[in-house]
Amino acid sequence: MDIAFYITAAVTVIATILVITRHNPVHALLYLNVSLLSHAMLFYLLGAPFAALLEIIIYAGAIMVLFIFVIMLLNLGKETEEQERKWLKMKVWIGPSLLAAILFAEFLVLVLWSESAAFGPKTVNPREVALSLFGVYMIGVELAAMLLMAAVVGAAHIGRHKRLVLHRFLKEEKEEHEEAVI
Amino acid sequence: MNEVFRYLLMIVVMLFTLTTIAAWLIWLERRMLALWQDRYGPNRAGPFGLLIVAADTIKLFFKEDWIPPFAEKTIFVIAPAIVAAAVLLSFVVVPFAPGILVADLNIGLLFFLAMSSLGVYSIVLGGWASNNKYSLLGALRGASQMISYEVFMGLSLMGVVMLSGSFRLTDIVMAQKDHWFVVTQPVGFILFLIAGIAETHRLPFDIPEAESELVAGFHSEYSGMKFGMFFIGEYLGITLVSAMVVTIFFGGWLGPFLPPLVWFALKTFVFIVLFILLRASLPRPRYDQLMEYGWKIILPVALLNLLITGAFALLKG
Repeated sequence: MDIAFYITAAVTVIATILVITRHNPVHALLYLNVSLLSHAMLFYLLGAPFAALLEIIIYAGAIMVLFIFVIMLLNLGKETEEQERKWLKMKVWIGPSLLAAILFAEFLVLVLWSESAAFGPKTVNPREVALSLFGVYMIGVELAAMLLMAAVVGAAHIGRHKRLVLHRFLKEEKEEHEEAVI
Repeated sequence: MNEVFRYLLMIVVMLFTLTTIAAWLIWLERRMLALWQDRYGPNRAGPFGLLIVAADTIKLFFKEDWIPPFAEKTIFVIAPAIVAAAVLLSFVVVPFAPGILVADLNIGLLFFLAMSSLGVYSIVLGGWASNNKYSLLGALRGASQMISYEVFMGLSLMGVVMLSGSFRLTDIVMAQKDHWFVVTQPVGFILFLIAGIAETHRLPFDIPEAESELVAGFHSEYSGMKFGMFFIGEYLGITLVSAMVVTIFFGGWLGPFLPPLVWFALKTFVFIVLFILLRASLPRPRYDQLMEYGWKIILPVALLNLLITGAFALLKG
Protein backbone atom coordinates (compact mmCIF):
# COMPACT_ATOMS: atom_id res chain seq x y z
CA MET A 1 0.00 0.00 0.00
CA ASP A 2 2.80 2.39 0.97
CA ILE A 3 4.57 2.01 -2.33
CA ALA A 4 1.35 2.64 -4.26
CA PHE A 5 0.83 5.83 -2.29
CA TYR A 6 4.32 7.14 -3.02
CA ILE A 7 4.09 6.34 -6.74
CA THR A 8 0.73 8.11 -6.98
CA ALA A 9 2.05 11.07 -5.02
CA ALA A 10 5.02 11.37 -7.37
CA VAL A 11 2.72 11.26 -10.40
CA THR A 12 0.55 13.95 -8.83
CA VAL A 13 3.49 16.27 -8.21
CA ILE A 14 5.01 15.80 -11.66
CA ALA A 15 1.67 16.23 -13.43
CA THR A 16 0.91 19.38 -11.45
CA ILE A 17 4.31 20.88 -12.30
CA LEU A 18 3.72 20.08 -15.96
CA VAL A 19 0.36 21.89 -15.77
CA ILE A 20 2.16 25.11 -14.91
CA THR A 21 4.99 24.78 -17.40
CA ARG A 22 3.07 23.81 -20.57
CA HIS A 23 2.62 26.57 -23.12
CA ASN A 24 -0.21 24.88 -24.97
CA PRO A 25 -3.33 25.38 -22.81
CA VAL A 26 -4.98 22.12 -23.89
CA HIS A 27 -1.88 20.14 -22.94
CA ALA A 28 -1.81 21.94 -19.59
CA LEU A 29 -5.44 21.04 -18.97
CA LEU A 30 -4.77 17.40 -19.83
CA TYR A 31 -1.98 17.29 -17.27
CA LEU A 32 -4.34 18.92 -14.78
CA ASN A 33 -6.68 16.05 -15.51
CA VAL A 34 -3.97 13.52 -14.75
CA SER A 35 -3.29 15.42 -11.55
CA LEU A 36 -6.98 15.25 -10.56
CA LEU A 37 -7.17 11.54 -11.32
CA SER A 38 -4.12 10.84 -9.19
CA HIS A 39 -5.65 12.98 -6.42
CA ALA A 40 -8.66 10.68 -6.59
CA MET A 41 -6.30 7.73 -6.32
CA LEU A 42 -4.69 9.30 -3.24
CA PHE A 43 -8.09 9.76 -1.62
CA TYR A 44 -8.87 6.13 -2.35
CA LEU A 45 -5.61 4.93 -0.82
CA LEU A 46 -6.20 7.06 2.27
CA GLY A 47 -9.53 5.32 2.85
CA ALA A 48 -12.07 7.69 1.30
CA PRO A 49 -13.46 5.91 -1.79
CA PHE A 50 -16.57 8.09 -1.91
CA ALA A 51 -14.57 11.32 -2.05
CA ALA A 52 -12.27 9.74 -4.63
CA LEU A 53 -15.07 8.94 -7.05
CA LEU A 54 -16.78 12.29 -6.53
CA GLU A 55 -13.47 13.91 -7.43
CA ILE A 56 -13.46 12.00 -10.72
CA ILE A 57 -17.16 12.53 -11.51
CA ILE A 58 -17.27 16.24 -10.69
CA TYR A 59 -13.78 17.60 -11.31
CA ALA A 60 -12.33 15.34 -13.98
CA GLY A 61 -15.64 14.42 -15.63
CA ALA A 62 -17.56 17.68 -15.61
CA ILE A 63 -15.59 20.78 -14.68
CA MET A 64 -12.48 19.95 -16.69
CA VAL A 65 -14.58 19.08 -19.73
CA LEU A 66 -16.12 22.55 -19.53
CA PHE A 67 -12.64 24.09 -19.23
CA ILE A 68 -11.43 22.25 -22.32
CA PHE A 69 -14.67 23.17 -24.06
CA VAL A 70 -14.01 26.88 -23.53
CA ILE A 71 -10.32 26.64 -24.45
CA MET A 72 -11.26 24.84 -27.66
CA LEU A 73 -13.60 27.66 -28.59
CA LEU A 74 -10.98 30.32 -27.92
CA ASN A 75 -8.77 28.81 -30.64
CA LEU A 76 -5.52 29.97 -29.06
CA GLY A 77 -2.58 29.97 -31.42
CA LYS A 78 1.02 31.10 -31.76
CA GLU A 79 0.24 34.74 -30.95
CA THR A 80 -1.14 34.03 -27.50
CA GLU A 81 1.85 31.82 -26.80
CA GLU A 82 4.16 34.73 -27.68
CA GLN A 83 2.12 37.05 -25.50
CA GLU A 84 2.36 34.67 -22.58
CA ARG A 85 6.13 34.40 -23.05
CA LYS A 86 6.33 38.18 -22.90
CA TRP A 87 4.35 38.30 -19.67
CA LEU A 88 6.35 35.58 -17.96
CA LYS A 89 9.75 37.23 -17.46
CA MET A 90 12.19 35.86 -14.92
CA LYS A 91 11.39 38.73 -12.55
CA VAL A 92 7.80 37.56 -12.20
CA TRP A 93 8.92 34.30 -10.65
CA ILE A 94 10.71 35.86 -7.64
CA GLY A 95 7.65 36.56 -5.46
CA PRO A 96 5.82 33.26 -5.96
CA SER A 97 8.94 31.14 -5.57
CA LEU A 98 9.83 32.94 -2.32
CA LEU A 99 6.38 32.21 -0.89
CA ALA A 100 6.47 28.64 -2.17
CA ALA A 101 9.91 28.18 -0.59
CA ILE A 102 8.54 29.27 2.80
CA LEU A 103 5.70 26.75 2.49
CA PHE A 104 8.10 24.03 1.41
CA ALA A 105 10.39 24.72 4.37
CA GLU A 106 7.42 24.51 6.72
CA PHE A 107 6.34 21.29 5.08
CA LEU A 108 9.82 19.80 5.52
CA VAL A 109 9.89 20.75 9.18
CA LEU A 110 6.49 19.18 9.73
CA VAL A 111 7.39 16.00 7.90
CA LEU A 112 10.78 15.53 9.51
CA TRP A 113 10.13 16.52 13.11
CA SER A 114 6.56 15.61 13.87
CA GLU A 115 4.80 12.36 14.63
CA SER A 116 3.74 10.86 11.34
CA ALA A 117 0.12 9.79 11.35
CA ALA A 118 -0.41 6.30 10.06
CA PHE A 119 -2.33 6.78 6.84
CA GLY A 120 -5.52 4.98 6.01
CA PRO A 121 -6.58 4.37 9.60
CA LYS A 122 -9.98 3.14 8.39
CA THR A 123 -12.15 3.25 5.33
CA VAL A 124 -14.94 5.81 5.40
CA ASN A 125 -17.97 4.34 3.65
CA PRO A 126 -20.62 6.44 1.84
CA ARG A 127 -23.10 6.08 4.73
CA GLU A 128 -20.71 7.77 7.17
CA VAL A 129 -20.02 10.57 4.68
CA ALA A 130 -23.76 11.18 4.31
CA LEU A 131 -24.35 11.11 8.06
CA SER A 132 -21.66 13.69 8.75
CA LEU A 133 -22.69 15.88 5.78
CA PHE A 134 -26.34 16.01 6.80
CA GLY A 135 -25.62 15.91 10.53
CA VAL A 136 -22.63 17.86 11.81
CA TYR A 137 -21.97 19.88 8.65
CA MET A 138 -25.62 20.61 7.80
CA ILE A 139 -25.10 24.38 7.88
CA GLY A 140 -22.20 24.16 5.42
CA VAL A 141 -24.27 22.09 2.99
CA GLU A 142 -27.16 24.54 3.17
CA LEU A 143 -24.91 27.55 2.64
CA ALA A 144 -23.30 25.86 -0.37
CA ALA A 145 -26.77 25.08 -1.72
CA MET A 146 -27.78 28.75 -1.46
CA LEU A 147 -24.58 29.86 -3.17
CA LEU A 148 -25.14 27.40 -6.01
CA MET A 149 -28.76 28.50 -6.36
CA ALA A 150 -27.61 32.12 -6.69
CA ALA A 151 -25.10 31.05 -9.34
CA VAL A 152 -27.78 29.16 -11.28
CA VAL A 153 -30.18 32.10 -11.20
CA GLY A 154 -27.39 34.43 -12.31
CA ALA A 155 -26.40 32.14 -15.17
CA ALA A 156 -30.02 31.83 -16.28
CA HIS A 157 -30.33 35.62 -16.28
CA ILE A 158 -27.16 36.17 -18.32
CA GLY A 159 -28.00 33.36 -20.71
CA ARG A 160 -31.50 34.59 -21.41
CA HIS A 161 -31.77 36.14 -24.84
CA LYS A 162 -34.44 38.36 -26.25
CA ARG A 163 -36.72 36.85 -28.83
CA LEU A 164 -35.28 37.77 -32.22
CA VAL A 165 -37.47 38.75 -35.13
CA LEU A 166 -36.07 36.32 -37.65
CA HIS A 167 -37.64 37.57 -40.85
CA ARG A 168 -35.52 40.31 -42.35
CA PHE A 169 -38.43 42.37 -43.75
CA LEU A 170 -40.19 42.31 -40.42
CA LYS A 171 -36.97 43.38 -38.72
CA GLU A 172 -36.48 46.35 -41.01
CA GLU A 173 -40.04 47.40 -40.52
CA LYS A 174 -39.62 47.21 -36.79
CA GLU A 175 -36.46 49.34 -36.88
CA GLU A 176 -38.15 51.96 -39.03
CA HIS A 177 -41.00 52.02 -36.64
CA GLU A 178 -38.62 52.55 -33.76
CA GLU A 179 -36.90 55.37 -35.58
CA ALA A 180 -40.24 56.96 -36.21
CA VAL A 181 -41.00 56.80 -32.52
CA ILE A 182 -37.69 58.41 -31.67
CA MET B 1 -1.54 -16.56 -5.18
CA ASN B 2 -4.42 -18.73 -6.34
CA GLU B 3 -6.83 -15.85 -5.75
CA VAL B 4 -4.71 -13.45 -7.79
CA PHE B 5 -4.50 -15.99 -10.61
CA ARG B 6 -8.28 -16.41 -10.57
CA TYR B 7 -8.79 -12.66 -10.92
CA LEU B 8 -6.25 -12.40 -13.72
CA LEU B 9 -7.94 -15.25 -15.57
CA MET B 10 -11.33 -13.58 -15.13
CA ILE B 11 -10.00 -10.28 -16.46
CA VAL B 12 -8.47 -11.94 -19.53
CA VAL B 13 -11.62 -13.98 -20.26
CA MET B 14 -13.80 -10.91 -19.78
CA LEU B 15 -11.66 -8.76 -22.09
CA PHE B 16 -11.74 -11.43 -24.77
CA THR B 17 -15.49 -12.01 -24.46
CA LEU B 18 -16.39 -8.33 -24.44
CA THR B 19 -14.33 -7.40 -27.47
CA THR B 20 -15.71 -10.42 -29.34
CA ILE B 21 -19.26 -9.44 -28.43
CA ALA B 22 -18.64 -5.84 -29.48
CA ALA B 23 -17.30 -6.99 -32.85
CA TRP B 24 -20.16 -9.43 -33.33
CA LEU B 25 -22.66 -6.67 -32.54
CA ILE B 26 -21.62 -4.95 -35.76
CA TRP B 27 -22.91 -7.97 -37.68
CA LEU B 28 -26.02 -8.18 -35.48
CA GLU B 29 -26.83 -4.52 -36.01
CA ARG B 30 -26.45 -4.72 -39.78
CA ARG B 31 -28.58 -7.86 -40.02
CA MET B 32 -31.30 -6.50 -37.73
CA LEU B 33 -31.45 -3.13 -39.51
CA ALA B 34 -31.73 -5.02 -42.78
CA LEU B 35 -34.54 -7.15 -41.37
CA TRP B 36 -36.52 -4.10 -40.29
CA GLN B 37 -35.90 -2.36 -43.60
CA ASP B 38 -37.00 -5.40 -45.60
CA ARG B 39 -33.67 -6.40 -47.13
CA TYR B 40 -31.00 -9.05 -46.49
CA GLY B 41 -28.00 -7.24 -45.08
CA PRO B 42 -24.53 -8.86 -45.12
CA ASN B 43 -25.17 -12.55 -45.94
CA ARG B 44 -22.22 -13.60 -48.13
CA ALA B 45 -19.18 -14.28 -45.95
CA GLY B 46 -19.59 -17.46 -43.93
CA PRO B 47 -22.83 -18.81 -42.45
CA PHE B 48 -25.46 -16.03 -42.22
CA GLY B 49 -22.73 -13.56 -43.16
CA LEU B 50 -21.12 -13.97 -39.75
CA LEU B 51 -17.60 -13.67 -41.16
CA ILE B 52 -18.28 -10.11 -42.29
CA VAL B 53 -16.85 -9.11 -38.89
CA ALA B 54 -13.54 -10.82 -39.67
CA ALA B 55 -13.47 -9.27 -43.13
CA ASP B 56 -14.16 -5.81 -41.68
CA THR B 57 -11.45 -6.17 -39.06
CA ILE B 58 -8.87 -7.31 -41.61
CA LYS B 59 -9.81 -4.39 -43.83
CA LEU B 60 -9.40 -1.92 -40.94
CA PHE B 61 -6.01 -3.37 -40.00
CA PHE B 62 -4.69 -3.14 -43.55
CA LYS B 63 -5.82 0.42 -44.15
CA GLU B 64 -3.23 3.15 -44.10
CA ASP B 65 -2.91 4.51 -40.58
CA TRP B 66 -3.08 8.12 -41.64
CA ILE B 67 -2.55 11.05 -39.29
CA PRO B 68 -3.34 14.33 -41.07
CA PRO B 69 -0.36 16.73 -41.08
CA PHE B 70 -2.45 19.54 -39.57
CA ALA B 71 -3.56 17.43 -36.59
CA GLU B 72 -2.19 17.59 -33.06
CA LYS B 73 -0.36 14.29 -33.18
CA THR B 74 -0.17 12.99 -29.58
CA ILE B 75 -3.72 13.88 -28.61
CA PHE B 76 -5.00 12.58 -31.94
CA VAL B 77 -3.52 9.17 -31.11
CA ILE B 78 -4.59 9.12 -27.45
CA ALA B 79 -8.26 10.07 -28.04
CA PRO B 80 -9.58 6.79 -29.49
CA ALA B 81 -7.88 4.78 -26.76
CA ILE B 82 -9.66 6.73 -24.02
CA VAL B 83 -13.18 5.67 -25.01
CA ALA B 84 -12.35 1.97 -25.18
CA ALA B 85 -10.39 2.11 -21.92
CA ALA B 86 -13.10 3.98 -20.03
CA VAL B 87 -15.86 1.60 -21.12
CA LEU B 88 -13.78 -1.51 -20.44
CA LEU B 89 -12.92 -0.15 -16.97
CA SER B 90 -16.63 0.22 -16.20
CA PHE B 91 -17.11 -3.50 -16.78
CA VAL B 92 -14.92 -4.09 -13.72
CA VAL B 93 -17.92 -3.51 -11.44
CA VAL B 94 -20.65 -5.21 -13.50
CA PRO B 95 -21.83 -8.36 -11.67
CA PHE B 96 -22.47 -10.93 -14.44
CA ALA B 97 -23.41 -13.68 -11.99
CA PRO B 98 -22.62 -14.49 -8.35
CA GLY B 99 -18.84 -14.82 -8.19
CA ILE B 100 -18.30 -13.71 -11.80
CA LEU B 101 -17.17 -10.14 -11.38
CA VAL B 102 -13.77 -8.50 -11.08
CA ALA B 103 -14.25 -6.04 -8.20
CA ASP B 104 -17.22 -5.87 -5.83
CA LEU B 105 -16.65 -2.23 -4.84
CA ASN B 106 -18.94 -0.74 -2.20
CA ILE B 107 -19.21 2.30 -4.48
CA GLY B 108 -19.66 0.33 -7.70
CA LEU B 109 -22.45 2.50 -9.07
CA LEU B 110 -20.39 5.66 -8.61
CA PHE B 111 -17.44 3.97 -10.28
CA PHE B 112 -19.61 3.30 -13.33
CA LEU B 113 -20.75 6.94 -13.40
CA ALA B 114 -17.16 8.18 -13.04
CA MET B 115 -15.86 6.04 -15.89
CA SER B 116 -18.72 6.97 -18.19
CA SER B 117 -18.03 10.64 -17.47
CA LEU B 118 -14.39 10.15 -18.50
CA GLY B 119 -15.53 8.74 -21.85
CA VAL B 120 -16.41 12.28 -22.98
CA TYR B 121 -12.74 13.09 -23.33
CA SER B 122 -12.28 10.87 -26.35
CA ILE B 123 -14.90 12.85 -28.27
CA VAL B 124 -13.69 16.24 -27.10
CA LEU B 125 -10.00 15.57 -27.64
CA GLY B 126 -10.49 13.64 -30.87
CA GLY B 127 -12.55 16.48 -32.30
CA TRP B 128 -10.15 19.17 -31.17
CA ALA B 129 -6.95 17.40 -32.21
CA SER B 130 -8.29 16.77 -35.74
CA ASN B 131 -8.08 20.52 -36.35
CA ASN B 132 -11.09 20.40 -38.64
CA LYS B 133 -14.16 22.54 -38.23
CA TYR B 134 -16.63 19.67 -38.62
CA SER B 135 -14.75 17.64 -36.04
CA LEU B 136 -14.68 20.59 -33.68
CA LEU B 137 -18.41 21.14 -34.07
CA GLY B 138 -19.00 17.46 -33.35
CA ALA B 139 -16.75 17.67 -30.29
CA LEU B 140 -18.57 20.73 -28.94
CA ARG B 141 -21.94 19.08 -29.36
CA GLY B 142 -20.65 15.86 -27.83
CA ALA B 143 -19.24 17.63 -24.79
CA SER B 144 -22.40 19.59 -24.02
CA GLN B 145 -24.68 16.64 -24.71
CA MET B 146 -22.77 14.23 -22.53
CA ILE B 147 -22.33 16.65 -19.65
CA SER B 148 -26.05 17.44 -19.60
CA TYR B 149 -27.19 13.85 -19.84
CA GLU B 150 -24.74 12.69 -17.20
CA VAL B 151 -26.61 14.80 -14.66
CA PHE B 152 -29.85 12.90 -15.26
CA MET B 153 -28.03 9.61 -15.44
CA GLY B 154 -26.80 10.09 -11.89
CA LEU B 155 -30.10 11.47 -10.62
CA SER B 156 -32.20 8.70 -12.17
CA LEU B 157 -30.14 6.07 -10.35
CA MET B 158 -30.37 7.68 -6.92
CA GLY B 159 -33.94 6.40 -6.42
CA VAL B 160 -32.66 2.83 -6.71
CA VAL B 161 -29.82 3.62 -4.32
CA MET B 162 -32.39 4.95 -1.82
CA LEU B 163 -34.51 1.80 -2.07
CA SER B 164 -31.64 -0.67 -1.86
CA GLY B 165 -29.57 1.39 0.57
CA SER B 166 -26.27 0.70 -1.14
CA PHE B 167 -24.00 1.70 -4.01
CA ARG B 168 -22.73 -1.87 -4.28
CA LEU B 169 -24.11 -3.47 -7.43
CA THR B 170 -24.44 -6.97 -5.95
CA ASP B 171 -26.52 -5.50 -3.10
CA ILE B 172 -28.72 -3.74 -5.65
CA VAL B 173 -29.27 -7.03 -7.48
CA MET B 174 -30.01 -8.90 -4.24
CA ALA B 175 -32.50 -6.18 -3.19
CA GLN B 176 -34.56 -7.17 -6.27
CA LYS B 177 -35.33 -10.67 -4.99
CA ASP B 178 -39.05 -9.91 -4.50
CA HIS B 179 -39.64 -7.56 -7.38
CA TRP B 180 -37.48 -5.83 -9.96
CA PHE B 181 -36.77 -2.15 -9.48
CA VAL B 182 -38.44 -1.38 -12.79
CA VAL B 183 -41.74 -1.96 -10.93
CA THR B 184 -41.02 0.53 -8.16
CA GLN B 185 -38.86 2.91 -10.22
CA PRO B 186 -40.43 3.02 -13.70
CA VAL B 187 -39.59 6.71 -14.17
CA GLY B 188 -36.02 6.13 -13.08
CA PHE B 189 -35.71 3.30 -15.60
CA ILE B 190 -36.98 5.38 -18.53
CA LEU B 191 -34.74 8.32 -17.62
CA PHE B 192 -31.72 6.06 -17.24
CA LEU B 193 -32.39 4.44 -20.60
CA ILE B 194 -32.63 7.85 -22.31
CA ALA B 195 -29.48 9.07 -20.57
CA GLY B 196 -27.74 5.82 -21.49
CA ILE B 197 -28.55 6.26 -25.17
CA ALA B 198 -27.25 9.82 -25.01
CA GLU B 199 -24.09 8.70 -23.16
CA THR B 200 -23.25 6.17 -25.85
CA HIS B 201 -24.27 8.77 -28.47
CA ARG B 202 -26.36 6.33 -30.42
CA LEU B 203 -29.22 7.31 -32.67
CA PRO B 204 -31.50 9.19 -32.01
CA PHE B 205 -28.89 11.04 -29.91
CA ASP B 206 -25.91 10.69 -32.25
CA ILE B 207 -25.57 14.47 -32.49
CA PRO B 208 -21.74 14.45 -32.19
CA GLU B 209 -21.52 12.29 -35.33
CA ALA B 210 -24.57 13.48 -37.27
CA GLU B 211 -23.23 12.20 -40.59
CA SER B 212 -25.86 14.07 -42.58
CA GLU B 213 -24.62 17.46 -41.33
CA LEU B 214 -21.04 17.05 -40.04
CA VAL B 215 -19.39 14.52 -42.41
CA ALA B 216 -18.69 12.11 -39.54
CA GLY B 217 -18.54 14.55 -36.63
CA PHE B 218 -15.68 14.15 -34.20
CA HIS B 219 -14.06 11.24 -36.06
CA SER B 220 -14.10 12.72 -39.58
CA GLU B 221 -10.30 12.65 -39.79
CA TYR B 222 -9.83 9.17 -38.36
CA SER B 223 -9.14 6.12 -40.43
CA GLY B 224 -7.89 2.57 -40.04
CA MET B 225 -7.79 1.01 -36.61
CA LYS B 226 -8.07 4.37 -34.81
CA PHE B 227 -11.53 4.72 -36.30
CA GLY B 228 -12.03 1.06 -35.38
CA MET B 229 -11.38 1.93 -31.73
CA PHE B 230 -14.14 4.55 -31.75
CA PHE B 231 -16.39 1.99 -33.39
CA ILE B 232 -15.60 -0.78 -30.89
CA GLY B 233 -15.95 1.75 -28.07
CA GLU B 234 -19.46 2.57 -29.23
CA TYR B 235 -20.55 -1.07 -29.32
CA LEU B 236 -18.88 -1.76 -25.96
CA GLY B 237 -20.84 1.22 -24.66
CA ILE B 238 -24.11 -0.28 -25.87
CA THR B 239 -23.26 -3.56 -24.14
CA LEU B 240 -22.31 -1.70 -20.97
CA VAL B 241 -25.49 0.39 -20.78
CA SER B 242 -27.65 -2.68 -21.50
CA ALA B 243 -25.82 -4.62 -18.79
CA MET B 244 -26.27 -1.76 -16.33
CA VAL B 245 -29.99 -1.42 -17.10
CA VAL B 246 -30.37 -5.15 -16.48
CA THR B 247 -28.35 -5.04 -13.26
CA ILE B 248 -30.06 -2.02 -11.79
CA PHE B 249 -33.67 -2.31 -12.97
CA PHE B 250 -34.24 -5.87 -14.20
CA GLY B 251 -32.84 -8.02 -11.43
CA GLY B 252 -29.42 -8.76 -12.94
CA TRP B 253 -28.73 -12.48 -12.88
CA LEU B 254 -31.91 -13.31 -10.90
CA GLY B 255 -34.42 -15.60 -12.62
CA PRO B 256 -35.93 -19.06 -12.35
CA PHE B 257 -34.75 -22.38 -13.93
CA LEU B 258 -31.85 -21.17 -16.08
CA PRO B 259 -28.35 -20.57 -14.63
CA PRO B 260 -27.65 -16.94 -13.55
CA LEU B 261 -25.18 -16.14 -16.32
CA VAL B 262 -27.66 -17.20 -19.00
CA TRP B 263 -30.36 -14.98 -17.50
CA PHE B 264 -27.98 -12.04 -17.46
CA ALA B 265 -26.94 -12.60 -21.07
CA LEU B 266 -30.55 -13.01 -22.24
CA LYS B 267 -31.77 -9.83 -20.56
CA THR B 268 -28.78 -7.87 -21.84
CA PHE B 269 -29.37 -9.16 -25.35
CA VAL B 270 -32.97 -7.90 -25.28
CA PHE B 271 -31.76 -4.38 -24.47
CA ILE B 272 -29.03 -4.48 -27.10
CA VAL B 273 -31.68 -5.33 -29.70
CA LEU B 274 -33.82 -2.48 -28.35
CA PHE B 275 -30.89 -0.12 -28.98
CA ILE B 276 -30.70 -1.31 -32.58
CA LEU B 277 -34.47 -1.02 -33.04
CA LEU B 278 -34.27 2.58 -31.83
CA ARG B 279 -31.69 3.30 -34.50
CA ALA B 280 -33.92 1.77 -37.14
CA SER B 281 -37.04 3.69 -36.13
CA LEU B 282 -36.29 7.13 -34.70
CA PRO B 283 -35.07 10.27 -36.49
CA ARG B 284 -32.38 12.51 -35.02
CA PRO B 285 -33.57 15.65 -33.18
CA ARG B 286 -32.02 19.05 -33.75
CA TYR B 287 -29.18 19.96 -31.40
CA ASP B 288 -31.03 22.73 -29.52
CA GLN B 289 -34.11 20.53 -29.22
CA LEU B 290 -31.96 17.88 -27.58
CA MET B 291 -30.56 20.30 -25.01
CA GLU B 292 -33.95 21.85 -24.26
CA TYR B 293 -35.52 18.43 -23.90
CA GLY B 294 -32.79 17.47 -21.46
CA TRP B 295 -32.79 20.49 -19.20
CA LYS B 296 -36.44 21.52 -19.33
CA ILE B 297 -38.19 18.13 -19.25
CA ILE B 298 -35.90 15.37 -18.03
CA LEU B 299 -34.19 17.27 -15.21
CA PRO B 300 -37.45 18.32 -13.44
CA VAL B 301 -38.90 14.82 -13.90
CA ALA B 302 -35.75 13.25 -12.45
CA LEU B 303 -35.85 15.58 -9.44
CA LEU B 304 -39.56 14.89 -8.88
CA ASN B 305 -38.92 11.16 -9.07
CA LEU B 306 -36.21 11.55 -6.45
CA LEU B 307 -38.49 13.60 -4.18
CA ILE B 308 -41.37 11.11 -4.37
CA THR B 309 -39.07 8.11 -3.86
CA GLY B 310 -37.54 9.86 -0.85
CA ALA B 311 -40.98 10.54 0.63
CA PHE B 312 -42.01 6.89 0.20
CA ALA B 313 -38.76 5.62 1.67
CA LEU B 314 -39.28 7.93 4.66
CA LEU B 315 -42.89 6.79 5.15
CA LYS B 316 -41.91 3.13 5.05
CA GLY B 317 -39.20 3.91 7.58
